[in-house]
Amino acid sequence: MNGAQPIVELNGVSKHFGSVQALRDISIQVFPGEVCCLLGDNGAGKSTLIKILSGVYTPDDGEMRVEGQAVRFASPRDALDRGIATVYQDLAMVPLMSISRNFFMGREPVKRMGPLRVFDHFFADSVAREEMGKIGIRVRDPGQAVGTLSGGERQCVAIARAVYFGARVLILDEPTSALGVKQASMVLLYVEQARARGLGVIFITHNVNHAYPVGDKFLLLNRGRSMGYFRKDEISRDQVTAMMAGGQELAELEKRLSEARAAGNRPPA
Amino acid sequence: MSEASATQDDRLHQASWLTQLLRRPELGAVAGTILIIAFFAATAGGTGLFSPKGIVTFLEVSAQLGILAVAVSLLMIAGEFDLSLGSMIAFAGVIIAIPSTVLGWPVWLCVLLAFVVAAGVGYLNGLLVVRTGLPSFIVTLATLFILRGLTLGFTRLITGRTQIPGMKELAQNDWLAPIFSGQFGGSVLAWAADIGLIGKRPDGLPEVQGIPVSILWWFLLTAAGTWLLLRTRFGNWIFASGGDANAARNVGVPVTRVKIWLFVLTALAATLFAAIQVLSVGSADTARGLQKEFEAIIAAVIGGTLLTGGYGSVVGSMFGALIFGIVQIGIFYTGIDTDWFKAFMGAMLLAAVLFNNYVRRKATESK
Repeated sequence: MNGAQPIVELNGVSKHFGSVQALRDISIQVFPGEVCCLLGDNGAGKSTLIKILSGVYTPDDGEMRVEGQAVRFASPRDALDRGIATVYQDLAMVPLMSISRNFFMGREPVKRMGPLRVFDHFFADSVAREEMGKIGIRVRDPGQAVGTLSGGERQCVAIARAVYFGARVLILDEPTSALGVKQASMVLLYVEQARARGLGVIFITHNVNHAYPVGDKFLLLNRGRSMGYFRKDEISRDQVTAMMAGGQELAELEKRLSEARAAGNRPPA
Repeated sequence: MSEASATQDDRLHQASWLTQLLRRPELGAVAGTILIIAFFAATAGGTGLFSPKGIVTFLEVSAQLGILAVAVSLLMIAGEFDLSLGSMIAFAGVIIAIPSTVLGWPVWLCVLLAFVVAAGVGYLNGLLVVRTGLPSFIVTLATLFILRGLTLGFTRLITGRTQIPGMKELAQNDWLAPIFSGQFGGSVLAWAADIGLIGKRPDGLPEVQGIPVSILWWFLLTAAGTWLLLRTRFGNWIFASGGDANAARNVGVPVTRVKIWLFVLTALAATLFAAIQVLSVGSADTARGLQKEFEAIIAAVIGGTLLTGGYGSVVGSMFGALIFGIVQIGIFYTGIDTDWFKAFMGAMLLAAVLFNNYVRRKATESK
């Protein structure tokens, strides 16, 4: 495994929309076999950052490198071609479509039948079944609708799809935020599995409890600025929590609530 | 022991077979067709509704609607409506009739012109929908009125009236017209009459001398549409575009292109319908195609296609159109006043929607 060179890196990237500075001077390196967690409250710039990484936006300033090579993505397709796959939180799957149709959506396998090019259902079904099996989800029927799967299973199908299609960097956008504990741990275990296979993972979340156990590095964002890029041995879970805007504000809230309680008043509106 | 496991296997197999059946979108329409046939067999069994002549009559009605329903169901699965369909029929009919009767153009050229213009209108519909991001309901509601107005305005301006007769004679000598207005199977039917399979008229000719070619169009288009939807990449894109356009775009499905193509296809289906009507009836009329957009949607919905897109079946729409034809003609045969027909179809639509909703919930229910 090539650990010397980051598989993807941003150097001093900025992005603004009109007068709003969404990101300011962000740098990040992700190495193969490494989970990089992107933490921040709503509006911190997480979405803008993943959209830059996945080719939806181009940065106004700074540079992006894939395996040491400077790149400029014109579309998500470009990012995909370089092995950077994004798994969106809720936009990954069409619930009414079957597992195998979803798995191959946009990249349908075709076989030739005379002059015609036909969707190869047999291939699609067997690959979908096999890939799901690898992550411990037994699919009895790849023709069943994705809507019949649990939230965690659905997320895993989306990740398995990205991996199957040659992703070397996985960008996971809040993969666990809508899930219960059991479902979330299914996804986290799978993230670990992908990491162990040598993929670079960028894991976006605002849940420290999900990020900390699985992450190797943590980039903390607040109002478009980096609050630091830490290795796990440099920072504790509590420090991460405290550094997030939510952490500060929670402490503030706690203080004000206890003051109000001590004064025997209702908290001011 | 082995016996026990064998019976268990059987049961498992059976359960999956049942879920597979329930998962078919066209289940409701097939069941509905059987029900409708049973109903009319009981109430109008002896009246000739199910004689060869009656069958051809209702199949022709079904076929014309079914041609529209193939395109409409594909468009609906992709998540869009085309309300301008009915107006497009009148518009295309007039494009065929005016140059051929007024300017003396050959019929085949006018038919070709109508298809080209229709493709343009469909493209424009699609472009407006995908570029503005407005609901296709509103965009095509606008084109519904625009096309109907243009049809009426130009026809009155050029011919001074709203009907254009005289197409029958022109079509008779045209080489292209028979593929829209002709009949087929005459010799087979004559042979069937000779061996007594079907009845003969008093003058010795078979009861039915030919099957309208529109029925052939209907079957061919249904087969082609089904193949397109279920066996091609484009078909998967249709499902994806209607199921979740954002998800589809994110994985590289060309949603815009898919939708525009289906609007073009729908306009072409309307033109095929127009060509069949104008050339077999022998006249164009600015009032043609009224409410056909709704009838086609009804056929598609009865066939299991969801109004919200992402789910449906072309074969289902064929059964939807078949139900439509049987009821429309069957009511006439039972002697019930045909005024009731629309009330009946409305009720059918409601029942189909409720049933579809139920099936979809079952199909996507979490374990």
